Amino acid sequence: MRVGLLVTCLVDMMRPSIGFAALNLLESAGCTVVVPEGQTCCGQPGWNSGDRAAAKALAEKLIAEFEDCPWVVAPSGSCAGMIRTHYPQLFSDSPAMLARVRALSERTYELTDFLVNVARVREVPGTYAGSITYHDACSGLRELGVKAQPRQLLATMAGLTLKEMTGCETCCGFGGTFAVKYSDISTQMADAKCDNIVSSGADAVVLGDLGCMLNIEGRLRKRGDATRVLHVAEVLAGDAPGNKVKRST
Amino acid sequence: MKVQSIHFRARAADAMANPVLQQNLGRFASGGLGKLRADAVADFGPQAFEELREAARAIRERSLTHMDVWIAQFEREASRRGATVLFAETAEDARDLVLEICAKHGIKKAVKSKSMLSEEVGLNEALSAAGVQPVETDLGEYIIQLASEAPSHIIAPAVHKSRDEVSDLFEQHHGKPRTSDIPQLTREAREALRAHFLSGDLGISGGNFLVAETGSGIIVTNEGNGRMVTTLPRVHVCITGIEKVIPTLEDLSTLLRILPRSATGQAISNYASFFTGARGEGDAEGPEHMVFILVDGGRTNLIGTELQDMLRCIRCGACMNHCPVYRTVGGHSYGWVYPGPMGAVLTPAYVGLENALDLPQAATLCGACSVVCPVKIPLPDLMRTLREQQVERGLRPRAERLGLKLWSWFAQRPRLYAIATRLAVWAMRFHADRSGMIYWMPFASGWTGSGKAGEGRFLPAPAGRTFRDLYARRKRGG
Repeated sequence: MRVGLLVTCLVDMMRPSIGFAALNLLESAGCTVVVPEGQTCCGQPGWNSGDRAAAKALAEKLIAEFEDCPWVVAPSGSCAGMIRTHYPQLFSDSPAMLARVRALSERTYELTDFLVNVARVREVPGTYAGSITYHDACSGLRELGVKAQPRQLLATMAGLTLKEMTGCETCCGFGGTFAVKYSDISTQMADAKCDNIVSSGADAVVLGDLGCMLNIEGRLRKRGDATRVLHVAEVLAGDAPGNKVKRST
Repeated sequence: MKVQSIHFRARAADAMANPVLQQNLGRFASGGLGKLRADAVADFGPQAFEELREAARAIRERSLTHMDVWIAQFEREASRRGATVLFAETAEDARDLVLEICAKHGIKKAVKSKSMLSEEVGLNEALSAAGVQPVETDLGEYIIQLASEAPSHIIAPAVHKSRDEVSDLFEQHHGKPRTSDIPQLTREAREALRAHFLSGDLGISGGNFLVAETGSGIIVTNEGNGRMVTTLPRVHVCITGIEKVIPTLEDLSTLLRILPRSATGQAISNYASFFTGARGEGDAEGPEHMVFILVDGGRTNLIGTELQDMLRCIRCGACMNHCPVYRTVGGHSYGWVYPGPMGAVLTPAYVGLENALDLPQAATLCGACSVVCPVKIPLPDLMRTLREQQVERGLRPRAERLGLKLWSWFAQRPRLYAIATRLAVWAMRFHADRSGMIYWMPFASGWTGSGKAGEGRFLPAPAGRTFRDLYARRKRGG
C-alpha cells in the first residue's frame, strides 16, 4: 500500500517526532510511505477564518501534491477532517474541481483510523509502561468518527492502562486561531480540561492532534503540573519522549 | 431587547471573573441538561433517535421550503376557528400590535408565559411604558423579572442564578422570612403568581409550533403556567416567529417527541397546550379573543440564503447545553436574547453582522452543538459562513487579515516556507527555558497572556529542527 504522509504544518514545525512516529507506524503496517516534499499547510486557518481564497489556494496545492497517492494519511484529525469534510464544501461552487476533490477526500484518513480500518493493524511496534487518559480531539471525533480506533490500538499495548477522564469528548479550548483571539476564554476551557486530566490520575494524556496538545501541555505546565502530553502516534510507535523503550526501526 | 453583543469580550471577561456565576455554570455543566439528554437518547435507542432527528430535520425543511403556503393555510384555518392572525414585519410593528390590542380591550395587566420572541421585540418595556403591567409567570422568567435581568438561557432563563440569590430576591420582594428551601421558594412564587393569574386581563404566550392544518398554536411547558395564561384572561395573544409554522398534526407529533428529549431529556413535557381559536359558544372556558401575532423580524431575509438552515431551529437549547464556550462565559455574554451557538448565528443574522462581530468568532467549531441539534442545523458551518461574510465586508481587524495573507503567501511557496519555519523554530527555541517552555515572546501574547501567573499558557517550544529538514537528512542517509 502506497501512502502519502501529510505531516501537517504544526508537526513539521513544533514536534517532528510525531511525523516520524507516524512514518514508523505506517511502515510497520507494511505501507510504502511517500512524503511529498513541497507540502506545507492544508488551508484550515484560512477556511476557519472566513478567508476562502486563501484556503482554496492551499487546498489546490495539496490536492496536486497528493493526487497520485492511493491513500493520504495525517497524524491529525483536524487536518484529515479538513480534507475529508471541508474540501468538498470549499469547492462546492466549482464543479470542475469537485470530482478531483472528492476522489482525494475519500481516500484521506486520520492515522489511527487508517491503521485500524484500512491497514487492519492488530499490533503496534511500541511498548509503553504506565497509565494514560485519552482526549478525543473534536475534529477527529465529530467529523471523522475517530473514537474507538485509537483505543483499540492502545489496548494492544501490554503495559498500558487506560483511565478514562470525565468529559473526554469536551473541547480543550484550542480551536485554532480561537486560542489566540479569545485567549482568556480558551485558557479557562483548557483549565477545565486539565482538571479532568489530573482527576483521572493518569500519568499521561494522549491525543491525536498537536494543536490541542500544545494547548493542554502549555496550560498544564503553567499550572505547574508535570503530566505528560503525548501524541497517540508517539505512544503507539514507542517514540514517546522520555520513553525508555528503543525505537523499533 | 437592547443589543449588547458588540461588548461580548468585556461581558465574557466579567462573567469569567464572577465566582458565583462560575460556580452556577459549573453546576450546570456537570449535572446539567446535557446529561439528561444523553440518558433520554440512550432510552430511546441511539439509532432510532438518529432517525427521529432526520425526520424532524425533513419536517422543518419542508415547512420552510413552502412557508408561504403553510402560513396562508394557517391564517385561513385559524381565522375560520375564530382567532385573529396578524403579521408584524419588525419588532416595532409587533409591539404596536400588542399595544393596540391592549388599548382596544382596556388591558391593565398582562400575564405572560415564557416567550423568547417577546424578549426579542422588547415587549415588557413597551407594555410598562403604556401603563400595562407585564407579569412573567414562568418560574425562571419570574425570578429574572424580579432581578431586572435578561434570560441567560432560552429554556432555563435563570440558570445563572444560585439558590441563595433566588432566596435573597424572594425575601426582598415577597416580604416573607428568608428561606432557601426549594419547595418553599416554589410555593412562595406560586402564591404570588396565583393572584396575578386571576387578575390578569391579557394572557401573552409564545408559540413553539403553529400547525397549518388546524390553525392551532402549541406551547410546550412544564409548570402549568402556560395553561393559566392561555385560558384565564379575557384576551390571549400568542406571539411567535413566522418560521414556527409546520404543515400537520402528524408533523407535530414527531417534533413533540424530539423537542423535550433534546431540551431537558424528558420523554414528554408536563404540558403540551394547544390553542385553536377563541372560546366558542357553549365552551366552559377559554379567552373571549384569541390573536396570533406572527413576527418576521429578519427571518424571511434568510430564506434562500446560506443561513436558511438556521430557521429550522425549534428552540430546544441543546446547542448551548453542550457548548463549552457557553458553559465558560454564560448566556449574558452573548448580549442578546439567544445565547450559545444558536445565538452566534441568529444574532448577527437578525441584528446585523456589524453589531455582533465576536459571536460567530468566539467558537472553537468543536461541533458539539451540531451533533445534538434535533433538526441537524450545521451550526459550525453557519458560523464559518458568517466569518466569510465578515471578511467580505471588511469587518475583520487588519492585523488578522495581514497575518492570514502572509501565512498563505508563504505556504504557497515551499522553499521560502522552509526558510521561514526554520527561522520561526529558531526564534521560539531562543525564547524557551530549559524545560522547553516559552513563558512569553513577541507576537505570542495571544497565547501566553501577559505572562502573569495563572493567566494564559506556556508555549511548548519546538523540538529543534523541522520535520522537513530532519526527513531530508534522513533520506540523504544522515
